[in-house]
Amino acid sequence: MAKLRTDPNLTDPDGFYEALITAQEGLPAAAADQLKARLILLLANHIGDDETLREAVALAREGLEKKSR
Amino acid sequence: MSYQYKHHGWQPCPEARDETVRHKAIIVGGGPVGLTTALELAAYGVPSVVLEDGDTVSEGSRGLCWSKRTLEILDRHGVAEQVRARGYTWHTGRLFHGDREIYHFDLQAVAGEKFPAFVNLQQYYTEEFLVDAVARQPLIDHRWQSKVVDVAPGNDCVAVEVETPAGRYRAEADWLVAADGTRSAARRALGLKFDGSTFEDCFLIADLKVHAALPNADRRFWFHPSFHPGDTALCHKQGDDMWRVDFQLGADIDREAEKDPARVIARAQKMLGPHPMTVEWVSIYTFQGRRLERLRHGRVLFAGDAAHQVSPFGARGGNSGIQDAENLAWKLAYVIRGKAPDRLLDSYDAERGEAADENILLTSRSTRFLTPKTAAERVFRDAVLDLAGEHPFARALVNSGRLSTATIHRRSPLNGGDGGFAGGVAVGGPCPNLPAPAATGSHLLDSLGRRFQLLCFADGAPAPAALVELDDDIEPILVTRGAARSQGAPQSLADPDGRLHDAFAAQPGTCYLLRPDQHVAARWRRFDADAVKSARDRALGY
Ligand SMILES: Cc1cc2nc3c(=O)[nH]c(=O)nc-3n(C[C@H](O)[C@H](O)[C@H](O)COP(=O)(O)OP(=O)(O)OC[C@H]3O[C@@H](n4cnc5c(N)ncnc54)[C@H](O)[C@@H]3O)c2cc1C
Repeated sequence: MAKLRTDPNLTDPDGFYEALITAQEGLPAAAADQLKARLILLLANHIGDDETLREAVALAREGLEKKSR
Repeated sequence: MSYQYKHHGWQPCPEARDETVRHKAIIVGGGPVGLTTALELAAYGVPSVVLEDGDTVSEGSRGLCWSKRTLEILDRHGVAEQVRARGYTWHTGRLFHGDREIYHFDLQAVAGEKFPAFVNLQQYYTEEFLVDAVARQPLIDHRWQSKVVDVAPGNDCVAVEVETPAGRYRAEADWLVAADGTRSAARRALGLKFDGSTFEDCFLIADLKVHAALPNADRRFWFHPSFHPGDTALCHKQGDDMWRVDFQLGADIDREAEKDPARVIARAQKMLGPHPMTVEWVSIYTFQGRRLERLRHGRVLFAGDAAHQVSPFGARGGNSGIQDAENLAWKLAYVIRGKAPDRLLDSYDAERGEAADENILLTSRSTRFLTPKTAAERVFRDAVLDLAGEHPFARALVNSGRLSTATIHRRSPLNGGDGGFAGGVAVGGPCPNLPAPAATGSHLLDSLGRRFQLLCFADGAPAPAALVELDDDIEPILVTRGAARSQGAPQSLADPDGRLHDAFAAQPGTCYLLRPDQHVAARWRRFDADAVKSARDRALGY
């Protein structure tokens, strides 16, 4: 059973996307990497549920191996 | 070196005079695991021969953190209090990122338990106390300077070829316990694979005598400290004002140069302060996580480092080996005495194999956190460390070693019913060593014997007659909230402040069946003699 929600769930998609990319503005690449990692960890803790998180990790990776070849 | 090694010479034995003796059990290797196995077997009345290549105890300290469960096992042989008295007791660990403490943890969970989470003591001391306990035990024939060079397993016996200063001899036994460490000769003789993963980073490990009183003696672990930029460092206090320091050095290093005492002291002074210190022991390690696929090969049983190897972050090597010893010994003793089928020994593989998997998993995760392999891994590791300073949730992700706790054999074939309990002591887990004043001692484990026992929380009600005449090999023990009953069977323990009742989630009528190794075999809300006997039979492999 999929526990991860993939149906639209963001209250303000455009606003969120803007906030996400604005946060990285002006940061050197290493700091931008840190930002992404922190964000993932913060959100992961908010979700908490292990099954949901593992589904998200698997889904995020899907197809990437083929692309990088 | 300030430790005085005692050397033990080879002594003539019957085989060297060409006499043939069929021993019940031969133990190859007299390290902590082999010696504990011999002591445990003797406690069940089973004699054994320990064959040890060396003539003294561990060279250098190696293992230092002895866990609560290890202390409980050693306590059955009068060794735990010696370890505690010589060693340094701790339960707080402090974690630093850079030079800032980001948090600390406290491993002391349950008040009143007899032993602390950890006592730090150099391995040579722990072995010395075990050697002394073995010498007090007439059932153990401890042979030094006796190197096993071949093992030949047969259908009804195992033969070993032993090399001594006076020549070679052949010895035979019904059973062989291979506790001969990471380079096990027994493993080699049987041609067994020992596979797993190797971590590339080198770690410098040293024991230092510090000639000054240092203020902070908690376990301290640093990520990226200014005194050792970019890597990790660890420090522990041991007995005799000895300090263990550990520096991650990376993969590409000049081993000999790093072991130079002046260089070691220079590093350590940056960590501990500019105090006078001397190097007692120094070594450079890389770590492995690997195990034998099976711990039992017919009449040959593998235990300790011979069976599995883990990285030391978590202190799981020696502590798990000592739990192997206690798990194996009662089973072997029951089989040798004809009180359990041979199949009981398969459960040694099941239970301690599960423990080995858990230890390899947990130590590998720690090692991976300490030594990120790629830039992407490092990004996450550093993000965790950054967040951990402000946010408690991230502290749970910081992994500097998950310290050894007793294994709960959750999937054991020996486990009986779990009786619909919420909380309490899980089936497969060891009993908590809480206060339980009785003639036999101050704590619960002091009153447990070398057989199956049924803990009955009767709450003052008279013991059912069926309890008293349960079975020869199941001894009932009553636990009462008031004072202990004074005399007669069954044995009775007082639980004045209700701590045992709470720990066992006990209600009037609750019963726990305990194995000889103090682990729970099954539990019920209501006593039923037939259910108890059949759980006992199951726990014996029938
Ligand atoms: C740096 C470091 C730190 C560690 N820290 C900890 C810790 O804090 N806590 C912990 O629990 N563990 C720790 N360990 C692990 C611990 O030292 C080992 O797990 C433990 O010594 C294993 O005990 P053993 O009896 O199985 O093997 P060993 O201690 O290796 O003993 C094997 C014995 O067998 C003998 N032998 C070998 N071959 C033969 C032969 N052919 N014939 C006869 N005898 C033979 C050897 O001489 C030796 O005496 C640490 C290890 C290292 C390296």
